[in-house]
Amino acid sequence: MTTQTSSSQSIDMHLEAGQPSRRGFLKQTSAGAVAAWAGGLSLGFYLPPAVADKLATDGPQAGAADINAWIRISPDNRVFCQVSRSEMGQGTSTSLPMMLAEELECRWDDVRMEFASVNEHIARNKVYITFGTGGSRGTRDSQLVMRKAGATAREMLKLAAAQRWGVPVGELVAKQGKVSHVASKRSASYGELAAAAAEQKAPSDIVLKRPDQWTLIGKPLKRFDIPAKCDGSAIYGTDVRVPGMLYAAIAQCPVFGGVPKSVDGAAVLTRRGIKKVVTGPDFVAVVADNWWRAQQALKAVKVVWDYRGNEKLDDQAIMQTLQTGVQASRSLRSEGDFEATWAAATGAQAADYKTVEAEYFTPYLNHFTLEPQNCTAWVKGDKAEVWAPTQNAEATLNEAAKTLGLPVENVTVHRPYLGGGYGRRGASQDYVRQAVLIARELGGTPVQMLWSREEDMQHDFFRPAALYRQRAVVAKDGRVLAWQARMASQSIMEKIRPASLKNGQDFQAGESFHDMPYQVENLDMRHGICQINVPVGFWRAVFHSHNPFARESFLDEVLHAAGKDALQGRLAMLPSGGRDRKVLEAAAREANWGTKLAPGRFQGLAVQDAYGSFAACVVELSVSKQKAVTLHRITMAVDSGHVANVDSARAQIEGNVVYALSSIFMNEINIQDGRVTQSNLPDYPLAQLRQTPVIQSVLVPTGGEVWGGFGEPPYGPITPAIANAIAAATGVRLRRTPFSHDGFSLA
Amino acid sequence: MQFKLNGKSVDLDVETDMPLLWAIRDQAGLTGTKFGCGVAQCGACTVLLDGEPVRSCSIPVAVVSGRKVTTIEGLGGKSALQKAWIEKQVPQCGYCQSGMLMAATALLARKPRPTDADIDAAITNLCRCGTYPRIKTAIKAAAKL
Repeated sequence: MTTQTSSSQSIDMHLEAGQPSRRGFLKQTSAGAVAAWAGGLSLGFYLPPAVADKLATDGPQAGAADINAWIRISPDNRVFCQVSRSEMGQGTSTSLPMMLAEELECRWDDVRMEFASVNEHIARNKVYITFGTGGSRGTRDSQLVMRKAGATAREMLKLAAAQRWGVPVGELVAKQGKVSHVASKRSASYGELAAAAAEQKAPSDIVLKRPDQWTLIGKPLKRFDIPAKCDGSAIYGTDVRVPGMLYAAIAQCPVFGGVPKSVDGAAVLTRRGIKKVVTGPDFVAVVADNWWRAQQALKAVKVVWDYRGNEKLDDQAIMQTLQTGVQASRSLRSEGDFEATWAAATGAQAADYKTVEAEYFTPYLNHFTLEPQNCTAWVKGDKAEVWAPTQNAEATLNEAAKTLGLPVENVTVHRPYLGGGYGRRGASQDYVRQAVLIARELGGTPVQMLWSREEDMQHDFFRPAALYRQRAVVAKDGRVLAWQARMASQSIMEKIRPASLKNGQDFQAGESFHDMPYQVENLDMRHGICQINVPVGFWRAVFHSHNPFARESFLDEVLHAAGKDALQGRLAMLPSGGRDRKVLEAAAREANWGTKLAPGRFQGLAVQDAYGSFAACVVELSVSKQKAVTLHRITMAVDSGHVANVDSARAQIEGNVVYALSSIFMNEINIQDGRVTQSNLPDYPLAQLRQTPVIQSVLVPTGGEVWGGFGEPPYGPITPAIANAIAAATGVRLRRTPFSHDGFSLA
Repeated sequence: MQFKLNGKSVDLDVETDMPLLWAIRDQAGLTGTKFGCGVAQCGACTVLLDGEPVRSCSIPVAVVSGRKVTTIEGLGGKSALQKAWIEKQVPQCGYCQSGMLMAATALLARKPRPTDADIDAAITNLCRCGTYPRIKTAIKAAAKL
């Protein structure tokens, strides 16, 4: 499946002259909002309004000219690039400026990154299009608009020079931050031309460079955000400090859907530093002058919860619901006649066929962002200010405004770094809602609400659990004749974007199955939506985190029954010229698939496309008698169409592997008495450095108009490739994660 | 409570059982040291106590009375490890990296030329983004191995 990039029309609209200007935005906005961007990110959080005001006019960008919404150029040639997407370590805040600079033809050393202001976005007719950072979209859906913004600005700089020198613009060359007129040996820096360029009409006939002309895109450039992350100066959500600010610890009803019935906090109000006990609609919070004091006091607040009948739910009941969901599953894709083929293969002529049948299960999972959920809020009468480590600053703005009953113009959102995101902090803005509700009770005092790890473990929007029943028929000649997958899970979209369902069917939940690339005559791909009282949300790779485990593991079972090699068998089922083939072949070649391995070592492979990219993985491992799995080498080939920053792409492959290892071998969320049984790392451990294998990344971009994503696509094939290698090593087919259920551990 | 924080004497008026982490973050105002799990497992809160790596979320501040505490801010920004961290582009989200750098600093102080096994044993801090391979590479680069 591919997701379309933003339409050219909307992009061009956002580049046109006539957009409300930044100058206009500055006039109408509060001084506090100016602080968010005026002095650059590191300054913004601490500035009292008076200083912020001054910086906006005298600061490091004094005299900087807006060329368009994305670009300001200062007289000393620095290019300030606005980034609307969030930075959570995936590198988007560097790759987007790379896109812009590629076309602008400035010096890379002159480029600076700033997080765009969502308030400016609102004031200027949504000039930044979107702040959403998920679905591996950060770079691929913004690359075109950033390249066009850079090219447009370059042409406006040339127009300014043409005007100044009275020469035809066609005789000018823009390169390395200068416009030159060779014939008259004149040149001017972008900084000199910026103010005049800002007055030019944006040209509508810009031509973008061809990929073979790129000098920045695809290079391994160093990320802007890294130095501050190596000396403690990077400001995350929890590091925001506002003068006079208090700290809040929070307890939510452990049973999903419960509410506080009675709250007695009298005993803690006399404790040192305790300011207030706040009872919210579904939480209790203690506010103090130090987070630890608040957290300690919270434990002593007497809370009686009303579970509202939700305390009966457990894993067994969930499994029953999933089984019913499988039975009631409805078709997402049907080709040929699966049932007739199955009937034939299990009837009188059964000897002519082989059949394979298996059930797979994957549990709920917690995101485990290392920085627990938090948000800092300041409610001042009919105005509010919010600092949130968010994957969608616009959703944050809307949530705060809606909760407080304020117009969005009255709410300012600041964007600190995120200590991990993985889908937790975008669509679900629960932490923002809670923080502003607490802040509203504090009479104009800012407050930072921070969850304990235990709260974070129990109150996630979890990766949905899923049950899969698959059947396949293999002909005598080894061809896979029929494949049925019946899957059941909760739907995430049903709650978040109900309009995306088609005929009551959630195609996102069935991804990897209904869009499978394998050519099989008789296909029957089904999904059943289940109603279970566990909050679910987008976890890294969403359904591509577990559906490929069921698909690609089962396919290995089928190919094994057919007597075929896992690679050759797949290639025989894939259309020629397809990108799945290319990545499979690239990974297999790099990993020496099929050659003699060291004694005791075995390989497994898998392939999956997701978010516009294709990924194939080959795993080489050995398994001890005690079922301890040593991963020797993981080879991952990815075709993302184009690669923005090669080094960030490789980092995402490494990151996906390590993120996956925890869920493959260790993690599950269990439900008992309507609540999560896990609470912290002792019962939800994470993979360690010593367990990490050698990871080889193979980048095989095949070009084209549509860019693929990178933050999630490498995840899909990892789990099945490891399961397939373990099956090769031991003969044991693992059909459930975590593998610890079957006694396997990560050495 | 008196102790040396990054070479400077500090005197904090706090409860003796307040974890060092919260004394550093909310009282001394240094936010480079992070809160991750609160149970001494993830290592995001790692600081050096008289040169040894400790999990500050689980050490009562009374324990450090009169002793030397070093946080990420105390590394100065230009240590060989910090330079290697940038050169090898280690961090992703970066939230664990203060603790990682403190653990690595303690390792190199003890073993200037660590083996792979030494690194495996010393770096028990957790990184959710998966920067482990680069951490290993950067430690070796800083140690000039």
